[in-house]
Amino acid sequence: MSELLLDAEALYLELKRGVQRLLTPDTALVGIWSGGAWLAERLAADFSVASGTISSALHRDDFGSRGLAKADHTTLPFDVNGRDILLIDDVLYTGRTTRAVINELFDFGRPARVQLAVLVDRGGRELPIEPAFSAARVTLRADQSLRLARADGGRFSFEVK
Amino acid sequence: MLSKRNPQLNKHGELIHLLSVEGLPRAVIEQILDTAGSFLSVNDREVKKVPLLRGKSVFNLFFENSTRTRTTFEIAAKRLSADVINLDIARSSTAKGETLLDTVANLSAMHADMFVVRHSESGAPHLIAQHCAPHVHVVNAGDGRHAHPTQGLLDMYTIRHFKSDFRNLTVAIVGDIVHSRVARSDIHALSILGVPEIRAVGPKTLVPGDLRDMGVRVCHDMAEGVRDADVVIMLRLQNERMNGGMLPSSGEFFKHFGLTPDKLALAKPDAIVMHPGPINRGVEIASEVADGKSSVILPQVTFGIAVRMAVMAILAGNEA
Repeated sequence: MSELLLDAEALYLELKRGVQRLLTPDTALVGIWSGGAWLAERLAADFSVASGTISSALHRDDFGSRGLAKADHTTLPFDVNGRDILLIDDVLYTGRTTRAVINELFDFGRPARVQLAVLVDRGGRELPIEPAFSAARVTLRADQSLRLARADGGRFSFEVK
Repeated sequence: MLSKRNPQLNKHGELIHLLSVEGLPRAVIEQILDTAGSFLSVNDREVKKVPLLRGKSVFNLFFENSTRTRTTFEIAAKRLSADVINLDIARSSTAKGETLLDTVANLSAMHADMFVVRHSESGAPHLIAQHCAPHVHVVNAGDGRHAHPTQGLLDMYTIRHFKSDFRNLTVAIVGDIVHSRVARSDIHALSILGVPEIRAVGPKTLVPGDLRDMGVRVCHDMAEGVRDADVVIMLRLQNERMNGGMLPSSGEFFKHFGLTPDKLALAKPDAIVMHPGPINRGVEIASEVADGKSSVILPQVTFGIAVRMAVMAILAGNEA
């Protein structure tokens, strides 16, 4: 797959349309660190809604083999109780990160609802997790990695390795 | 296998035991401080617990009494969801003649995953690290006069929190330096983090000249020692470690080296005052200073739990 096929800026506009349909008066956007956090930050500015950042580091299931992930913070500057939480991620793959951040989220309270919107769904799920919206679906080999990059000016692109 | 060069690190340079600040790469210290920052916010959550050490057993082996340090390790391990077993060894098997390594072998057979060790003999945690099973991690919670690495690291966290950049600081460590493992760990950590001026302040009997070999400026005069300091770390006068003759009296010590508002006024106006606790009011520090606006003694305690969580979480995630 070439990078041309995945225009991150075009997909962002698609994601924005999808997210707009999911917004409720109680929605708070929560970006999954790091790519999802950039997306949530931009979406929150575009829609003027509450937002935060969530890290999977403290709930990862591969902690025993991979060790503690680089320090990064969960910052949820609003009361999670009763909120409609819309998780935002750049790439959805096995679903393990999503599982970990849902656990993390519940350490802060009891949301009314949790949904997930992603830029790219690359399939390969290992858990029963499905996004409410994905801007694109792609197929990649298991040894390939796909992640969002953000340039200094804030412009998004994809890195495929 | 323990590396011959540094028994604390595995072959990838990752921390597997915390025995001493000495010899730790700067990147490892910064990783611990950054991680502690993430854990500090766990206290603000509705659920003040994370599952990193779920299913792991942490044994607190205190061959020397210390209610405070043991408690902070216990809280830290419990916030990480570990099972914590406190052994007051000073009053158990060792008193019946069991050797240190036999004690450790027995506890390993009970499926320990981590030992937090306080011992009056320098090097005891190192010895345990050399003889325990490969999956077991050892944290030194203070050994003799040698090291108290988690105290050193929480002191660094505190300094970074209030002063941000280490590279333009003057740090004065005051009091009973010769008996202090805290001072030794602080001096190593401050050097590794690039503090340009580290002063050891106290009477000749408690601040030996050979500290200069560690890159420290030795001051036997309190005014010279605290003048323009950004950070003043007061140490407890260790009465229980003194064999007499090193000091005329604690009153005499306070007169010359006790931190009073007058002496603190010589330091920078925004200087912070630290103390590893427990404090002896009127012996090394005046109450007006201990309770004053420059004092960060209680934040040190709070940070200490986050730093100990960070150390245990990092160790548990690394394999020998």
